[in-house]
Amino acid sequence: MPDQTFPPAKPDVVVIGAGWAGSIMAKELTEAGLNVTMLERGHDHSTAVEGTYPGSIDELRGAVRKRLFQKLAHTSLTIRNKPNETALPYRQLAAFLPGEGVGGAGLHWSGCHFRVTEDDLRLRSATIERYGQKFIPKDMHLQDYGISYKELEPFFDKAEKVFGTSGEASSVQGRKTGQGNIFAPDRSDHFPLPAMADTFSASVFRKAASEAGFHPYSMPAANASQPYTNPYGCQMGPCNFCGYCSGYACYLYSKASPNVNILPALRQDKRFTLITQAQVLEIMLDDTRKRATGVRYIDLKTESEQVIEADLVILSAFQLNNVHLMLTSGIGKPYDPVSQTGTIGRNFTYQTITSSRVWLPENRFTNQFVGAGGGGVAIDDFNHSGLDRGKAGFIGGSPIWVNQAGLKPITAAQNSGGKGAPRWGSAYKAAMIDQYKHSLAIDAHGSNMAYRDVYLDLDPTWRNAYGQPMLRMTFTWKDNDIRMNQFVVNHIGDIAQAMGATKTSLNSLHPGQPFDSRVYQTTHLNGGVILGNNPKTSALNRYLQSWDVSNLFVIGSSAFPQGMGYNPTGLVAALAYWSAYHIRQTYLRNPGPMVHA
Amino acid sequence: MSLLLPSTSTKRMFSLRPLLMVGLGLLGIMATALPTRAARADDAPLPAGVIEEGHYQAILGDCAACHTQPGRPAYSGGMPFKLPMGTIYSTNISPDPVHGIGHYSEAEFARAVQLGIRKDGSALYPAMPYPSYARLSKADIHALYVYFQRGVTPQPVDPPANGIIWPLSMRWPLHIWRWLFSPSVQSAQLRTNNQFSDPVLARGAYLVEGPGHCGACHSPRSITLNEKAQTAKDGPLFLSGGGVVEQWVVPSIRQENRTGLGRWSEEDIVEFLRTGRARTGASFGGMTPVILHSAHAFKDADLHAIARYLMLLAPAQKETPWVYDPSTAAMLRRADMSQPGAQIYMDRCAACHRTDGAGYGTVFPPLAGNPVVMTADATSLIHIVLAGDSTHALHTSPSAFTMPGFADTLSDKDIADVVSFIRKSWGNNSKSVKDSAVRRIRRSMPQPATPEQRPKN
Repeated sequence: MPDQTFPPAKPDVVVIGAGWAGSIMAKELTEAGLNVTMLERGHDHSTAVEGTYPGSIDELRGAVRKRLFQKLAHTSLTIRNKPNETALPYRQLAAFLPGEGVGGAGLHWSGCHFRVTEDDLRLRSATIERYGQKFIPKDMHLQDYGISYKELEPFFDKAEKVFGTSGEASSVQGRKTGQGNIFAPDRSDHFPLPAMADTFSASVFRKAASEAGFHPYSMPAANASQPYTNPYGCQMGPCNFCGYCSGYACYLYSKASPNVNILPALRQDKRFTLITQAQVLEIMLDDTRKRATGVRYIDLKTESEQVIEADLVILSAFQLNNVHLMLTSGIGKPYDPVSQTGTIGRNFTYQTITSSRVWLPENRFTNQFVGAGGGGVAIDDFNHSGLDRGKAGFIGGSPIWVNQAGLKPITAAQNSGGKGAPRWGSAYKAAMIDQYKHSLAIDAHGSNMAYRDVYLDLDPTWRNAYGQPMLRMTFTWKDNDIRMNQFVVNHIGDIAQAMGATKTSLNSLHPGQPFDSRVYQTTHLNGGVILGNNPKTSALNRYLQSWDVSNLFVIGSSAFPQGMGYNPTGLVAALAYWSAYHIRQTYLRNPGPMVHA
Repeated sequence: MSLLLPSTSTKRMFSLRPLLMVGLGLLGIMATALPTRAARADDAPLPAGVIEEGHYQAILGDCAACHTQPGRPAYSGGMPFKLPMGTIYSTNISPDPVHGIGHYSEAEFARAVQLGIRKDGSALYPAMPYPSYARLSKADIHALYVYFQRGVTPQPVDPPANGIIWPLSMRWPLHIWRWLFSPSVQSAQLRTNNQFSDPVLARGAYLVEGPGHCGACHSPRSITLNEKAQTAKDGPLFLSGGGVVEQWVVPSIRQENRTGLGRWSEEDIVEFLRTGRARTGASFGGMTPVILHSAHAFKDADLHAIARYLMLLAPAQKETPWVYDPSTAAMLRRADMSQPGAQIYMDRCAACHRTDGAGYGTVFPPLAGNPVVMTADATSLIHIVLAGDSTHALHTSPSAFTMPGFADTLSDKDIADVVSFIRKSWGNNSKSVKDSAVRRIRRSMPQPATPEQRPKN
């Protein structure tokens, strides 16, 4: 594969962004015989460089100095809680950590690889069916995807086989099998690898949750429990629970990433060209504004502006950048929260996550340094479709899990002791050691609904290093989601008790609490260029094709109408394979809108 | 002046200096240039498939390894070989009539490939493995000739001029070497072809002894640099392990239980050649480019023929069979780090190669029972711990795995300890290594791969 500065004169397809979504699309479209050029704003990344042991497991360089993340000196966004406030730039990575470079966020993720609950894809319809229209709070933009789980199932299955996902099924082809998540919808096949082993913490949680009447299951992890060769011939090594997943390139080739699981095969393909350090400025349109002609980008190696023409444009950057590029390119109508018109920037959502901590007696060692980013034990008793939300009065839900991902020493030192613990001296040291050896974290990782006044648009004041207006985020927590989080966290106390906790620190969102961008939560940002069946309330049709520009497909969590309880990557990958399948089956034979509004 | 040379910087079978000395020692015996006659290849229609067959023959013979420089047009030569007396460059073997071999007749081409004599009658350096290529059948030579005349794009470029000074630049003494050590085509073919009645084994013998020229690296050479044995018939020295090339030990590929292929199955050998990795071991050092340029593209039947043939080669030396010893793993699992090197092994090696030394399938190779770990000479093991190495990405196996180097993080003593530990654990029974050996290899090993040169996965 030529890795070059200048692309072929005119590839068939240009793909913007070299993360999971872009790599899946590039693989599928080269398989269809097309020449694909992929543009990535950052550098190339590889296990042999970023993942070289022992330099790879350097917490200072990895998680503290944020080696693999977005360089905010070049591009960032502005943030405010409410529309009447002035937004200011996100100058230090904290709440969320977008990636940069080949692999994108798919290189530094943990590897939690979920599907969806059946209702996640039709949340509006399911809510109305069960609780009536009035149950939906005023100003909540609750929407359906327009795709059913059954339609997406083959693509979840395909993604798991490419990712080498470890897990245990509950129901395969209608037959009960194994000890998997009893609330999970039926599957066409088993996970390609057996579930990851439980850490001690996970086994304690499994037992206690079961005793408390819940239904624990092994979290599906794109961390290989055994050596694995995927359908592309790409190989993974087995995970050894070193704990350096999130924020790091895995030195054991155990954590699925575009770099390890897809790009090795693409790099063998002459039809594929990767151009790194290509900062895309704009998707260009012809005079009708209904057809994309290519993209304009800055080649950061030569600091020169380049244009690349293509018949098909795949926008598969990080969620924020997908929205930003749609706005800077003038594609679709920007969302206006007052008139509630326009679609680009609409239904921006995030993830509710609160982490509680449980201390066990001194003869029980949780050894927090051990871990795997995607592994652990979860319960879906407060996330599944069948849960009665009527009495508690919320829409959405949270899995609860012990996902011991490896607590690194600097982070452990910074966050030691829990609320009110001393911050220095011998008492601090004792608390830190106690926490490192004997405590464990239990997370409520939940959904986040979309609201009228939560959205993304272009900032009127602040510009990035390339002279473009920055994206502006208007976001805060809303009552429905706070209620949901509190309801779920209340049950963590029961489990902690069953564990024999000596101390418990329960943490939940509280009413009126604003979103705080200074504290790490998750990088699971969603929406802004969502799919749906109505061009007035969605930017994309059900095939992730732009309603406005039919040779543009926008792939990623930017397509989610709302944030679900699970981690987004599994759905991002399934939607990418779904879209690619329909491009290959339908669009390439007859280019044009695949759904007529 | 041009040379036909079959080695790359990573696949060099021997230094040319002693060879030249031998040649000069024989001064006074004049070479006789054979008469030459050029019959140009015409453009008459070819039977279907000849060019493809010739292309395959070029893969079997690994011509590109020396005659194609990475990033340069195919077969345009110019691969540099730095020798103590100067740098020489491989020749352009594309069909350009002036700069390449476009003016060679088929007979002249055969004579160069099989006997080491150029069109002008001068001798080639025997780094070109013509003693092996002498075994090529007439049909295969024909296909190869057609491919190099009609299937390759002419490249009107000259490799850089060689930088060897007189008198070392004289090459007529090479004819003497040729007469002494290189077989005639007829005797070579008879010797290789008459060994086996089984067609699969006969094919294996032909591939290994002929185009594959495995003995060029894997057979020991005498002081005069000729291979001590050229066929299975020549006795147990054949393929019993070559010298040290660029600080990599070339192991035996006969059936020794510990240090040869005695415990490899036919499928292991086939997988190794096709992908550079098998459950029994992974390619590293000088074998990796051979797999990249050549072996991975062999036909399945040919790979099996090679494996079946290699499995018939009796051990060159008797070894007590390797038996897995679980005591090392038990010791490491109870955190007994009293043995020198044990702690380093746990900290640096065990994540991939495991406490039981078994590795993980074709991803991370085993150390327990791996023949390259137990060779008498530990140079390879020391080298790979110092510099690290990578397998190569191939269509058949797109993931390339990298072992990091520890030259910057481990001292000579650390490396001597951990290498000795590996050579004595899990049933391995090889001698310890000294700090001084690590120091010597650290000084003389080639530069490790730069980040840009490392695999991208």
